[in-house]
Amino acid sequence: MSRKPILHYFNGRGRMECIRWLLAAAGVEFEEKLIEKPEDLNKLKNDGSLLFQQVPMVEIDGMNLVQTRAILNYIATKYNLYGKDIKERALIDMYSEGVADLGEMIMLLPLCPAAEKDAKVTFIREKTTNRFLPAFENVLKSHGQDYLVGNKLSRADIHLVELLYYVEELDPSLLANFPLLKALKARVSNLPAVKKFLQPGSQRKPPTDERQIEARKIFKF
Amino acid sequence: MAAKPKLWYFRGRGRMESIRWLLAAAGVEFEEEVLETREQYEKSQKDGRLLFGQVPLVEIDGMELTQTRAILSSLATKYNLHGKDPKETVRIDMYAEGTLDLMMMVALAAFKPPEEKEESLALVVKKAKTQHFPVFEKILKDHGEDFLVGNKFSWADIQLLEAILMVEELDASVLSDFPLLKEFKTRISNIPTIKKFLQPGSQRKPPPDSHYVEVVRNVLQF
Repeated sequence: MSRKPILHYFNGRGRMECIRWLLAAAGVEFEEKLIEKPEDLNKLKNDGSLLFQQVPMVEIDGMNLVQTRAILNYIATKYNLYGKDIKERALIDMYSEGVADLGEMIMLLPLCPAAEKDAKVTFIREKTTNRFLPAFENVLKSHGQDYLVGNKLSRADIHLVELLYYVEELDPSLLANFPLLKALKARVSNLPAVKKFLQPGSQRKPPTDERQIEARKIFKF
Repeated sequence: MAAKPKLWYFRGRGRMESIRWLLAAAGVEFEEEVLETREQYEKSQKDGRLLFGQVPLVEIDGMELTQTRAILSSLATKYNLHGKDPKETVRIDMYAEGTLDLMMMVALAAFKPPEEKEESLALVVKKAKTQHFPVFEKILKDHGEDFLVGNKFSWADIQLLEAILMVEELDASVLSDFPLLKEFKTRISNIPTIKKFLQPGSQRKPPPDSHYVEVVRNVLQF
């Protein structure tokens, strides 16, 4: 019986949350070793398990994997969420990268200096409604299928739905003009594994708050 | 007969250079359409060629692919440079991501004000020497093979050579403590397709200069 994957990260979303979502949606149980003090991170660095001295790190199949994208690619392949051929995979990658671009902006928002925050939020709102959401809405419209690629659930759908939750947290009205995206969000959210992950008490992490950021600044991690 | 891949980007490295390296190393001839004006950019957006309104764009096998990593991953797989199984693929991905991080720092530094730019580039050299190159030196030492993964030339080797050369442009002595990387550099540079790409007159682009920065700022309006 193989061991469960073990996730090494801070107690927050950051760059690990998309990995948690993907594993959860694939119905894969995983353990977490949370980094809560500088000593926790130093221990990982010193025992050689972080290739580039950075987290996220995921222990899986006898390997210590780092680099978010490398980890996501491996998991998507392993659990058949990466399309049926190279062309589907290219589309899935393209959509996933678009999600990651917007996701990164939203993720970094709490780290933005107060004076710049309003401008940043405006920028993100504009990109969300004019660049990213229309692109995905159009993909769904163009083929009329339930999922982004190949009429089958893939990592692209999971990443996108995760993002839609963050967009909604920022401002629910941002989703107003995207009926197909709303339908995708509902559809994916109702998949048993995702539904479970969305419930309180799951390993899903809450939004990053100011205290977490201060703590990390003090401890320089 | 398949059409050659066609690249749509500025006349410079930026986010397209790793793609040029990969195609060249794989021995694939490609064409380049050069983006120079705001009008051209807006037209390509209006024509629906750019999924998220952004370049790089590579037209290949009837697809209009954007997003650098999607393009790189797809090409690596297509040209058998992505490992023979998922365990090799993930190692290649990890190594490639590491070097991409480093090279992106260099690309973005060009757009910073002079003092910040100097700081950024100094940080790149520091990271290369302390965080990245020791890792690759150790990988080569541990298995004693010619290539990073699976004893076979892969995308990871191309990325590492590109990164080494880019950092050497900032500090020529950067490999002084890394004898295996020095040998690696020579060995990979001598692969015929790469040797050809390294010669003057190839489609390899020079480091960003003030003209390049100006063109990009004008086109992307920032």
